[in-house]
Amino acid sequence: MVQGEFVMTIEEIYKKLRKSFGGTILESDLEVLEPVVGIEPQSIAEVSGFLKNEPDLKFTSLMCLSSVDLDEENLQVVYHLHSMDHNHKIILGVIIPKNAAKIPTVSGVWRTANWHEREAFDLMGVEFEGHPDHRRILCPDDWEGHPLRKDYVVQEMYNGLPVPYPKEEDD
Amino acid sequence: MIQAEYYNIFVKIIDQLAVLDFLPPVWKFILASVIAALVFFHVIAIFALVAIWVERKVAGHIQDRLGPMETGWHGVLQTLADAIKLLIKEDIIAGGIDRRLFVLAPVIVFMTALAVFVVFPVGENFIVSDLNIGILYIVAISTLVVPGIIMAGWSSNNKWSLFGAMRSAAQIVSYEVPVGLAIVCAVMAAGSLSMQTIVESQAGGFWNWFIFSKFPFGFIAFFIYFVASLAEINRTPFDLPEAESEIVAGYMTEYSGMRWSFFFLAEYGNMLAVGAIATTLFLGGWQTPISLLSFIPGPVWFTAKTMFLVFVHIWLRWTLPRLRVDQLMYMCWKVLTPFAFVSIFGIGLWMTF
Amino acid sequence: MPEIKTDDVYIELGKHPKAGFATDDMILQMGPQHPSTHGVLRIECVTDGEIIKKATCHIGYLHRCFEKHAENVMWQGVIPFTDRMDYLASMGQNFSYVITVEKLMGIEVPERAEYMRVITAELQRIASHLMAYGTYGMDIGAFTPFLWAFREREYVLDLFEKLCGARLLYNYMWIGGVSHDVYDGFAEECMSFLDTFERVVFEEFNPILTYNKIFIERTANVGILSPELAIDYGITGPCLRGSGVDWDLRRDDPYSIYDRFDFEVITGKGEMGTVGDCWDRFMVRVLEMIESVKIIRQALQQMPEGPIMNEKIKKVIRVPAGRVYGRTEAPRGELGYYLISDGKGRGPNRLKARSPCFSNLSVLEEISRGCMLADLIAIIGSLDIVLGCVDR
Repeated sequence: MVQGEFVMTIEEIYKKLRKSFGGTILESDLEVLEPVVGIEPQSIAEVSGFLKNEPDLKFTSLMCLSSVDLDEENLQVVYHLHSMDHNHKIILGVIIPKNAAKIPTVSGVWRTANWHEREAFDLMGVEFEGHPDHRRILCPDDWEGHPLRKDYVVQEMYNGLPVPYPKEEDD
Repeated sequence: MIQAEYYNIFVKIIDQLAVLDFLPPVWKFILASVIAALVFFHVIAIFALVAIWVERKVAGHIQDRLGPMETGWHGVLQTLADAIKLLIKEDIIAGGIDRRLFVLAPVIVFMTALAVFVVFPVGENFIVSDLNIGILYIVAISTLVVPGIIMAGWSSNNKWSLFGAMRSAAQIVSYEVPVGLAIVCAVMAAGSLSMQTIVESQAGGFWNWFIFSKFPFGFIAFFIYFVASLAEINRTPFDLPEAESEIVAGYMTEYSGMRWSFFFLAEYGNMLAVGAIATTLFLGGWQTPISLLSFIPGPVWFTAKTMFLVFVHIWLRWTLPRLRVDQLMYMCWKVLTPFAFVSIFGIGLWMTF
Repeated sequence: MPEIKTDDVYIELGKHPKAGFATDDMILQMGPQHPSTHGVLRIECVTDGEIIKKATCHIGYLHRCFEKHAENVMWQGVIPFTDRMDYLASMGQNFSYVITVEKLMGIEVPERAEYMRVITAELQRIASHLMAYGTYGMDIGAFTPFLWAFREREYVLDLFEKLCGARLLYNYMWIGGVSHDVYDGFAEECMSFLDTFERVVFEEFNPILTYNKIFIERTANVGILSPELAIDYGITGPCLRGSGVDWDLRRDDPYSIYDRFDFEVITGKGEMGTVGDCWDRFMVRVLEMIESVKIIRQALQQMPEGPIMNEKIKKVIRVPAGRVYGRTEAPRGELGYYLISDGKGRGPNRLKARSPCFSNLSVLEEISRGCMLADLIAIIGSLDIVLGCVDR
């Protein structure tokens, strides 16, 4: 692999994105360890497509797609991108409200996002619009709730079976 | 005595016993047949016991381990213990299966394995029935295993069983062709279909055995027979019908206990049978390799040669991976069958000139 | 009354002489209990005879919601959970987690501990690839290579047992160092194992399985994964390198002290068929074991004396607020941990594990289309998945 030839720093990538997309790229603090570039929820698919196809960016691989329970109101979906051609990285973050957790899918851009988005839907309850196979992946299809949310309460019964492990009675 | 002209050792013995003189000849013949059947049943059962132990020991040593060691001296009684376990196991017949076919299938499979033993010339006078179409009888009987296997696969009402049965049927029917053609080579060389005559025509030292005497055609025929027979009895590398990593256990998936062990016995019985056929047709049967060793009786030679081939079966099983279905068919129709025709042609020319 | 044509009825019943027999696709549930799904994977196959039309994976049978567990324990308490993710390569999982936490805390690890980590991680890679080698042989139908591989794996496990007391789930790497120093004679035992192991790979493993004609027939040109598809699906590790992509985190994004060692990155070359087929993926693993041997030899020679734990590490770890994504080259591919600390809690606020097997398995549906049932087994085996790692 060719390495280090066209490495762009995060500031350069951020500037390039601002130039192409303007306001949809939110103001972000780039000074911290591994900064997250904020994106408006509705434009994540276009930004992703741009990042993948632009010759000097070439973010061909989506390393990781995580969903985060930020606070009482908001969820965040974090995209870790990496370019094998140029060996540079960027982290995108999209903040969405919990009560309307909807975001366009990027599974058309990177196909690995397919399963990762299903996982984020299953465990965090983020809905991905336009996802080709929008089902739960790890939990059973008829499971209630999304376990990784901080306010998740486990269901009492699942198909007639008690779910929480019965506590041992003190003698 | 009916059919006394055949070298039927059991009929001879019964005939000579003065105690049984009061019986009419037909009864004597029936008695002899029953005894013969029982003897061969036990031969297969005991052979299977020993062969399973040998297989496990050979496998163990090939794989850098010891194999069974606990039950008896070096685990000789392990198979016996397993057999007892299988006998007293619960006979599970799952719901939703065709009970009659399910029960009948292992019987048919085992029966065909048993029936071929009738025509093996174990020694000079040691043969149950020297049919004049002996080898044809073997080919006919061994094909009967296919209905049994399809019955097992169909009646189990299990997709893996059905897969196994269909694979097995396709495989056995296809490999009948190279097996048959390879047998024809030996038959042409001997000029007879009788097993005893085929052995007798290979007398006088190992260079007269068909594997060497019609070199290279005899050797090709032997090789084709050996490979194709491996496929016909579902042994590795052709064990697709029971490929555990693909279709769980094939047509045996739903069987357990004694019914399963009948399939198992049939498998080992078939190993013995194809070893015996290859010995008879190509390795001189009970004939001694060199006249110096003629003091050793025929049955010993026959057993030794058969056991060697069985050992090679075991050896191959623990060495080779498994073929895929299309490769199996390629092997049958595009490799073995053409070479078998070449071999027939070659031997035909040899016999003409 | 509408007129009913007899032809239509017959066609519908499949009894029309022109229609032939009515045929339908068979849906075959492979797993969750099946000998060669390597755990509790269920594959719903739509088959036409032996040919797979569509294979859909259903995972989650081993799901323990490890990420939720991790939010409720201390930072060190997560390490045993990581062991249980990929239980065949626990060292690699420990490694990835601890270097991510250390990155977030910004602490250094003593030199000796770094070397110990690399040695154990590479020994673990050997053990894990041996498992892959053995079980792949078994998937193809050869039983003997499996036990030969286990014989060699046993030596590695013995070394680990002597080193840290555990044979499978080690909890060996701790935040700031490792749990146990080497015992006397570790280097010699390790060296003698490496010497025999190299010989065993070339003299025993390769002849019996790798270059076996039937094995090549079964695996070459099967399950071809093109480089573009592999990158698109986030395939990593030996599967990616098997597709000919020259990419190894140990060399291209060095972590720990991997930049000090001299080793080659093995890639698939399509020796027996097309680049990216099952045989290439398999061969990458076999040759990678040899590269691991090289790394361990160098590490054993260079290993300095000194402490094995960073002295500043207290029993209760305080991690500053922040987010970090750390990734390492685990035996099965890129293993990443995304950690979020709020600076207040005793444990992570959010932990996301990006497991290599999860992404690797997702490609199965794509590359198994139109292959035969036996090929599907070969493809699953060549992807070398561990369901503990897929389901977490």
